[in-house]
Amino acid sequence: MKIVVGQGSCGIAAGAGKIYDYFKENTSFAEISITGCIGMCYLEPIVDVIHDGIKRTYCKVSADILPEFSKALEEKDFENELLKKYELKDEDKAFLEKQTRIALRNCGIINPESIDDYIQAGGYKALTKVLEEMTPEQVIEVIKTSGLAGRGGAGFPTWFKWNAARQSQSEQKYLICNADEGDPGAFMDRAVIESDPHNLIEGMLIGAYAIGASEAVVYVRAEYPLAIVRLTNAIKQAEERGFLGNNIAGSGFSCKMRIKAGAGAFVCGEETALIESLEGQRGMPRLKPPFPAQKGYWQQPSNINNVETFANVAWILSNGGEAFAAMGTEDSKGTKVFALTGKIKRGGLVEIPMGKTLRDVIFDIGGGIRNNKEFKAVQMGGPSGGCIPTELLDTVIDYKKLSATGAIMGSGGMVVMDETTCMVDMARFFLDFTAKESCGKCIHCRIGTKRMLEILNRIVNGEGRDGDIELLEELCMTIKDGALCGLGQTAPNPVLTTIKYFRNEYEAHIYDKKCPAGHCASLITYQIDADKCRGCTLCARQCPVGAISGKVKEPHVIDTEKCIKCGKCRESCKFGAIHV
Amino acid sequence: MEHCENCKCKEKHDYALLAPVLEEYAKVPGSLITILQHAQEIYGYLPTDVLWHIAEETGIKPAKVLGVATFYTQFRFKPVGKYLILLCCGTACHVNGAKKIEETICEELGIKDGDTTDDGLFSLKVVACLGCCSLSPVMMINDETYGSLTPDKVKKILKELREKSEA
Repeated sequence: MKIVVGQGSCGIAAGAGKIYDYFKENTSFAEISITGCIGMCYLEPIVDVIHDGIKRTYCKVSADILPEFSKALEEKDFENELLKKYELKDEDKAFLEKQTRIALRNCGIINPESIDDYIQAGGYKALTKVLEEMTPEQVIEVIKTSGLAGRGGAGFPTWFKWNAARQSQSEQKYLICNADEGDPGAFMDRAVIESDPHNLIEGMLIGAYAIGASEAVVYVRAEYPLAIVRLTNAIKQAEERGFLGNNIAGSGFSCKMRIKAGAGAFVCGEETALIESLEGQRGMPRLKPPFPAQKGYWQQPSNINNVETFANVAWILSNGGEAFAAMGTEDSKGTKVFALTGKIKRGGLVEIPMGKTLRDVIFDIGGGIRNNKEFKAVQMGGPSGGCIPTELLDTVIDYKKLSATGAIMGSGGMVVMDETTCMVDMARFFLDFTAKESCGKCIHCRIGTKRMLEILNRIVNGEGRDGDIELLEELCMTIKDGALCGLGQTAPNPVLTTIKYFRNEYEAHIYDKKCPAGHCASLITYQIDADKCRGCTLCARQCPVGAISGKVKEPHVIDTEKCIKCGKCRESCKFGAIHV
Repeated sequence: MEHCENCKCKEKHDYALLAPVLEEYAKVPGSLITILQHAQEIYGYLPTDVLWHIAEETGIKPAKVLGVATFYTQFRFKPVGKYLILLCCGTACHVNGAKKIEETICEELGIKDGDTTDDGLFSLKVVACLGCCSLSPVMMINDETYGSLTPDKVKKILKELREKSEA
């Protein structure tokens, strides 16, 4: 018997570390191993038990049931009531079955700390084949056929970048992996590095061979300590096996690889800012041209791709460009990984072929909204993207179709919002982010985002004025035109899309001084429904300012003068009697 | 502690701790951020005199060293408490009530974002995204991540850490 404990960051945060330790210390009847993230984050901690060739998955395993759980496993009593209770349900199986996994193909299946596991799953075969049988030009041709486009957000054709770097003449070229996954709400790159680091290394090596780079660098966010540990370990293993370093697999091709930990700056996801940061400077974008493919890292030709892009490369080389291109739409080929989060029932990582609709992902796979609330919007593309409303749920997932809504594909963050989310506050949230993260190089971005934030703060605080919406729109256009890099050019998107689809919410805030979602504290008043109130006194005891009064078993009232709108009463009420 | 002459600040830290790092990276182009990261790991933050020392040893102008250090959110210029709370305010956490969690922490500890408690036990820093969005709201204390937070859960975690440290 083999017991495998899911040990991605999500799993560990949910308590998987303790579960692994328990099995390791107390189990003699089975082999204990780990795996990365399967993507069913909402069911963590997850334990797989493999016995007689059958794999059973147990979810939300908590530390207190382990003695009984472990005993049942030892007795191979799989029909045991406890085991049955924790076993993966059919509806949750569908979460995985409805996906097509290429970039995530090994995630949550193999042991990320073992190169043998990766090799057994077919790893490094593509690299060996490339080095033995193919010219760099042929590799680029296969990538061109596949239609693979940059998964970091912009969706630029990968083969084009590779080819440009290939064409640049220089003794020294660099291949860089952008793992500075800064979009709040996206975590697929972290999952790939933590769960299948060799897949990234293999993809990068094929890229390095294609462009002729002898040095590869992975720029990883400092906030991902586990990813850095696993990748460091994987690089060491690959070196020991001769997949990295001099004369790889006897082919004459040499490439070394190192990790550079970022230091926390969203703008470093922009490729030229990333290069500045790699050179030890402030991460401020450079003017293009020259493009990195001509003059990048240390002024040498450099190619930069995102983690997910590289995670597809080995599969494409093994299965052929046509197989990849067979999936998706006319404009967008292959699959895309999405990080499904927010007010969703089943949140996690979802990889699907392009061409599915947003509804497929959110309702069919994600199970819709939690707590029977109403769907309101899905935010895609993080601070560079926008909010897509209910009426556009049937939009097909494709670079062009998504851009047409005003949002973008982005790196794949999908934050789902329900009726209680205020769209003006969402726009304010993103502007707060971009205003803080603006590097300060371009005036329009540096000052424009700040001015926009001031206006949005005013609106959510109930001090919005007539003309604010128009002023916001004007500022949006100015920033788009006046910013040098993607951060500034796209920073207005969250505001533009919310104005476009939820203008009524802006108007309600400005003219009626109301927040329709009941979220903005300055614009709501808490009230107790006398019919529902049982007079349990709980809310009165919770209120930090003593604004609630009433006798036991009689309806209570809130003194709106005293109320500071902290919402503690509503949270504590067991009868749903308090509303805004 | 000796007086540092460069920056007129009151302290001079033990530079011997940083010597191996500088030996490895001082002359390697593009290593400033790496050196700063190591320095922060050693001293817990980036004291002004250490920044001067790095400037001297690497030949990079002090203004530039400070310019790079202040650009990145990872670097801090004040000592932090025993427990550094990184509270995630990414999109998913925001939607799922991170603001309430922040209020709870501030209330419990009597500090604001960026501050340290008087007893030197806790520091709070609000960060953009920890990448554990499915378990939002999330916070990280030192190297441990805590997910699916509620105000009550946060109070309990802080209480346990305080008790642990007192014991």
